[in-house]
Amino acid sequence: MDRPNPLFRNLSSKIASIPMMLIVLGVFVGGTAWTVLFSFTNIKILPLFTPSEWWNGYVGWANYDRLFHADRWMNCPALSKIGQDGWEFSCTGALPNVVTYAVLSIIISISIGFLLAVFMDQKIRLEGVFRTIYLYPFALSFIVTGHVWAWIMSPEYGLQAAVRQLGWASFSFGWIADRQMVMYAIVIAGIWQGSGFVMALMLAGLRGIDEEIWKAAKIDGISTWRTYLQIVLPMMKPVLVTTFVIVSSGAVRIYDLVVAITDGGPGISSDVPTRYIYQNFSANLGQSLSASTCMLVAMAFILIPWIRLEFGKKA
Amino acid sequence: MMKANANSTPSVSVRGLALNYGAVQVLKALDLDIAEGEFLVLLGPSGCGKSTLLNCVAGLLEPSEGQVFIKGKNVTWEEPKDRGIGMVFQSYALYPQMTVERNLSFGLRVAGMDKGEIAQRVKRASEMLQLEPLMSRKPTALSGGQRQRVAIGRALVRDVDVFLFDEPLSNLDAKLRAELRVEIKRLHQRLGNTMIYVTHDQIEAMTLADRIAVMRGGVIQQLDAPQTIYNKPKNLYVAGFIGSPSMNFLKGDIEGNGDSAIFKLGKQKILLKDYMADAPLKPGKAVLGVRPEHIQLDMAASKAGSDAYKATVDLVEPMGSDSLVWLKLEDVIMSARVESNQHFDVGQKVDVRFRIGLASVFDEASGDRL
Amino acid sequence: MSNITSTAIEPSGRKPKKFITTERFIVYSVLSLCAVFFLFPLYIMIITSLKDIQAIQAGNIFIPTMHPTFTAWEKAWNSACTGLYCEGIKVGFWNSVRITGPSVIVSIAVASLTGYSLANWPFKFSEAFFTVLLVSSFIPYVVMLYPLVIITRWLGIYSTLPAVVLVHTIFGLPILTLLFRNYFSSLPQELFKAARVDGAGYWRIFFQVFAPMSVPIFTVAVILQVTGIWNDFLFGVIYAGPTNYPMTVQLNNIVNSVQGGKEYNVDMAATILTGIVPLAIYFFSGKYFVRGIAAGAVKG
Repeated sequence: MDRPNPLFRNLSSKIASIPMMLIVLGVFVGGTAWTVLFSFTNIKILPLFTPSEWWNGYVGWANYDRLFHADRWMNCPALSKIGQDGWEFSCTGALPNVVTYAVLSIIISISIGFLLAVFMDQKIRLEGVFRTIYLYPFALSFIVTGHVWAWIMSPEYGLQAAVRQLGWASFSFGWIADRQMVMYAIVIAGIWQGSGFVMALMLAGLRGIDEEIWKAAKIDGISTWRTYLQIVLPMMKPVLVTTFVIVSSGAVRIYDLVVAITDGGPGISSDVPTRYIYQNFSANLGQSLSASTCMLVAMAFILIPWIRLEFGKKA
Repeated sequence: MMKANANSTPSVSVRGLALNYGAVQVLKALDLDIAEGEFLVLLGPSGCGKSTLLNCVAGLLEPSEGQVFIKGKNVTWEEPKDRGIGMVFQSYALYPQMTVERNLSFGLRVAGMDKGEIAQRVKRASEMLQLEPLMSRKPTALSGGQRQRVAIGRALVRDVDVFLFDEPLSNLDAKLRAELRVEIKRLHQRLGNTMIYVTHDQIEAMTLADRIAVMRGGVIQQLDAPQTIYNKPKNLYVAGFIGSPSMNFLKGDIEGNGDSAIFKLGKQKILLKDYMADAPLKPGKAVLGVRPEHIQLDMAASKAGSDAYKATVDLVEPMGSDSLVWLKLEDVIMSARVESNQHFDVGQKVDVRFRIGLASVFDEASGDRL
Repeated sequence: MSNITSTAIEPSGRKPKKFITTERFIVYSVLSLCAVFFLFPLYIMIITSLKDIQAIQAGNIFIPTMHPTFTAWEKAWNSACTGLYCEGIKVGFWNSVRITGPSVIVSIAVASLTGYSLANWPFKFSEAFFTVLLVSSFIPYVVMLYPLVIITRWLGIYSTLPAVVLVHTIFGLPILTLLFRNYFSSLPQELFKAARVDGAGYWRIFFQVFAPMSVPIFTVAVILQVTGIWNDFLFGVIYAGPTNYPMTVQLNNIVNSVQGGKEYNVDMAATILTGIVPLAIYFFSGKYFVRGIAAGAVKG
């Protein structure tokens, strides 16, 4: 009797998985490979495919060179001042902007999230009400969040004007129109949207702590705050790493929020990489591709702590 | 063993302790005195209130009413750390990110104790529990038995009078449980501290306790030495809970009074004159409780005597050292333990003799021992 | 020390507690302050949308108007200008519906079957594909933006509804597959084996055994997708084509349009309208929403 062809075994499952296989190979692997590879060519608008076209258009690191010399991407005049006043963080451009946004988002939202989670863990009444309030911004689109906060932070009609009307004539909050401060204004909106989510993650982590650890600490006479900091927090390392990865991967991708609040303005002082890349699709495709590749590399770095944690477990 | 001195202050006392969760009464007006150096076991199924009682003594739960005294001092409002207790938990509750050494010393460090003193206490505890080779390991690198010993060590370093154990062996497999049970008993013999131990396992209770408190529904059913509980259970519940295989219960009637009372089961009658009752027996509905090992089986004699019941063999379970024979007696299924060399066939008629002196008779309505 | 230590009250029962301890006060204060921080933008959205133009020019952003009116809402819905046309954001609303509906259905259909295959009918290399899929979820989507433009052009669907449905399916696949795979793995294997012994095959088991048991996970997936797709902006702008721009894109256009001067009340009304659908889902789905977030957070 003929052995049935193994290819036809489990056929339904394979057929049902075709979309996944196509997507993985065609889009994720193929698309990524295309972007990376063709970032090394002098590609114009017409997309190139074949290896020979690639070889013909090969220009080495030229795109990257142009990218990092583009002021809109990164302009760090003060780098040469390191040593005099220490680290001078006065770079401008899309890349430094997203770094500012990411670093501040991570630090502030994780701090607020953890603090809120600890308080919510104290067996308070109305826990459901508070949680609903903290989490609802997460259900909104970044466009919605952006326009609301643009309105609130608007110098003529928003917070600045309102406070001045109430009497404090010298109060100023014009960050959104200030080239130096605009990214910080965007950070505020981002934290408003995302801290509730971080709190939810942290609270789930806190609730996973075995209750008997709390009892043991109480018998040992260790105060609540000390227990949180010295016993519970170290136990939450996996949750912290997960949160870090999620918040930072969301932060580097930021686009909608910026488009809504300032659309990169004033001028281009609040531009961010995703927006830069998209805007250059027509004019400067090669630069867009190289910028995308840079984002890919950045993500790999962000994943390092998570990878260490996962592979540390298996060791 | 317990050094009983009826006149000395009890080590731990509970007065009128009650705890309500809304409408549910988890503990009902409990009174309990535990002597110094005594090993008291709180025994019962889940939900009977034994862990709740322990947590109240520890100060981890607040009672709705009543008072807790430790070494004569009223500690009802004291924090756990000020009550002079150490506690060992079911899931060990070791601080996972700290080494064994830190686990043992953390509480003492927080209390601001002198470093030399800490080192001394840690050394003493680790010697007693053979923890020395494990000192720099973290809990994840320890076996279940080792973790539990560290948990006990953590209580030891606190240098307290009273140790509390909350089902410490329930997470271990049977073999480890047996090993650690012996270690705990040895520890008690060596240290002589008062120990309060919560478990649902009657074997642990029987082997470890100086006295057992059998609990049910927030009330202590009986508080006695293990053998007393085994031989003279106070009510139906205690009788059925202790002993494996469990006691046989035969429902019937008492006829006659006092020494001449007899127990009527269906058509058969048995004399109760050997029975040691608390008060003279009166007629009424009753339950006769006899343990399988207190039953004697013989081949059915042709002559019916008034000291034996007639029964039929239903099933035989050979258990190696002895056999368990299931009998049908007047529509009641009961079990009897016999030597393994006694052979019975299914359907065989047998004479059943009870050792009434070791049996218990309970009032059917109240379940109390008569 | 005197032998007589008389305690005025002998400790018994519950320890008397101050109703408000310092700790409790701090906890509730901080929580309430943060609640105010999270709520006030919503408050401002609402009161601004109820004002008329004069109230906005003259008034204070924090103070509601004495004469609330819904004219801004009506204008936002029906006649605000979203670029070339001034037909209000209702166009965007229906576009979002037309995008979200099919996208949710297709993405969940594909992902649930994929997760089911991976969990119960694995084949050679299936786990490898899945691992690559998961890793792919970390790739910044910008990397695939242009290749997807190429692919959709090649398929002839660029700038149409099917293109954006495809894109949402693609990017939803990693998380949703993970969700379904984990869920199906957690269902009792004995059920699956018993069904196979009974002779049921791939499709029958899925539709008749697993699907009825999977209502919770489908709910979570639907909530996750509806919220994510409704709130999307970039994919709608790039792939859907101008006639299909979702509500988020229209909203952006309304706010940024300078035809006839800025009307902040209309802007806020349009903003609320855009946010109502996901907010409503959030408020009514409670724990499913949280579960969806937690699931989205569990990567690998």
